[in-house]
Amino acid sequence: MINNTQVGKQSVTFGTPTYIIEESSIAGKKEGEGPLGGYFDEVEEDEMCGGNTWEEAESRLQSRAISRLLKKAKLEPTDIRYLLGGDLLGQLIATSFGIETFEIPLFGLYGACSTMGESMSLGSMLIAGGYADKVIAITSSHFASAEKQFRFPLGYGNQRPLAASWTVTGSGAVVLSKEKSDKKKGANVCVTGVTTGRIVDYGIKDSMNMGACMAPAAADLIYNHLKDFNRRTDFYDKIITGDLGYVGQEILIDILQEKGYNIEENHMDCGIEIFDTDNQDTHAGGSGCGCSAITLTSFILHKMRKEEWKKVLFVPTGALLSTVSFNEGNTVPSIAHGVVLEVM
Amino acid sequence: MKQKTKISDVLKENDQTRRNKKYNDYVKDVTPTHNILINLVNAYWVGGLICVLGQFFINWFMSMGLDKETAGAYNVLVLVLLSVILTGFQLYPKLAKLGGAGTVVPITGFANSVAASAIEFKKEGQVFGIGCKIFTIAGPVILYGIFSSWVLGLIYWIIKVV
Repeated sequence: MINNTQVGKQSVTFGTPTYIIEESSIAGKKEGEGPLGGYFDEVEEDEMCGGNTWEEAESRLQSRAISRLLKKAKLEPTDIRYLLGGDLLGQLIATSFGIETFEIPLFGLYGACSTMGESMSLGSMLIAGGYADKVIAITSSHFASAEKQFRFPLGYGNQRPLAASWTVTGSGAVVLSKEKSDKKKGANVCVTGVTTGRIVDYGIKDSMNMGACMAPAAADLIYNHLKDFNRRTDFYDKIITGDLGYVGQEILIDILQEKGYNIEENHMDCGIEIFDTDNQDTHAGGSGCGCSAITLTSFILHKMRKEEWKKVLFVPTGALLSTVSFNEGNTVPSIAHGVVLEVM
Repeated sequence: MKQKTKISDVLKENDQTRRNKKYNDYVKDVTPTHNILINLVNAYWVGGLICVLGQFFINWFMSMGLDKETAGAYNVLVLVLLSVILTGFQLYPKLAKLGGAGTVVPITGFANSVAASAIEFKKEGQVFGIGCKIFTIAGPVILYGIFSSWVLGLIYWIIKVV
């Protein structure tokens, strides 16, 4: 077995793989009505989740994702060494309020919609480095809290551009562990490598076209990942991006084709999978931290546990948009994080 | 016809400013947009209907004996009320999705932007929520509306003096 190693420019491999021993997903009503509806652990019909504010609703999603995760894994909060989590809201309020009762040591992360990739990357590194036996990686997003922070009040009447995406309401979490799970629930899925993204900015200022903002970041990440590991695209059963949507997917495939990699056959985008755009009126697709998180913790891991997919490159993508920098005339810098998932 | 920017042109460009410009051109080509003709037609008839409704109220109020100016003022009150009620029931956004500028330009659009902000920020309190944020969308309209009427008044005054 190889030891933990730095690979190429921006990747690492782990001497011993980190096991994803359990996952949980909670989705909103609209997501529950979408094509992946049957895969979620729980679908919350109440958009307020029993809370009083949108922010509280999102916190409750995180809290319930963790409760369910611990219950499914038959673990206590004290079994978890670290929690790595984040969301889209200012000062990570959904995470801070959502996880406080669990009293697990926390690293709060902001990677916009790429946060699930960031938290799983760092979680695997903590375990591989021997600093933890079990960690939880979690993110969430909520349509209404994101609209309120980044766009307009919900009741305001305006026309969404066709390139705009629809923020997913939901929270997904995984337990990463040094040891494999002893209970049988399909194949063991591991994180075997990580490629960390850098900020990529091709000068797009249109915050309503985030797919175009993020596609170059995703392309940069996938390109450097394949170079670092010296792999071909067919090494993977699926290369799965977070929330590029239809516009971003087209650009991503185009860029990589130009750079000599054809991913048209095995590319999938969580933002495209999660909604039925014709019937659910979601335009370019789903977005938000929750988009890649709940697709991973339901559909993707389901496929892997059944060994339909054995090697997946999971690449959540984030548009690091701020309403302040946007109003100041700045572009939307983007990032992507790559996590290698393998059935072992 | 302007030639389409290809992704290869973007990636080959070493100068960052020129690359960003080329990428923006490329993105413009691959990004779908609403059909402007359909949008125009929808804006025309939805906006037109709102105006017809306004005219109906004015005529109705005048038939009840109000003078034209008072009837107009009552008409504004009723349209604003209707818009606020539709906003509260989450129906105005549905109308706006269809009507676009046809729902934004009339006074109902203004009322919607104020009511939507009030509803959204109520949770942050009467002062810092509703008080500070009720005009987040309508604020610029109020400020620049008053400012431009001041400028017009000034011009009118100068012409009168000269």
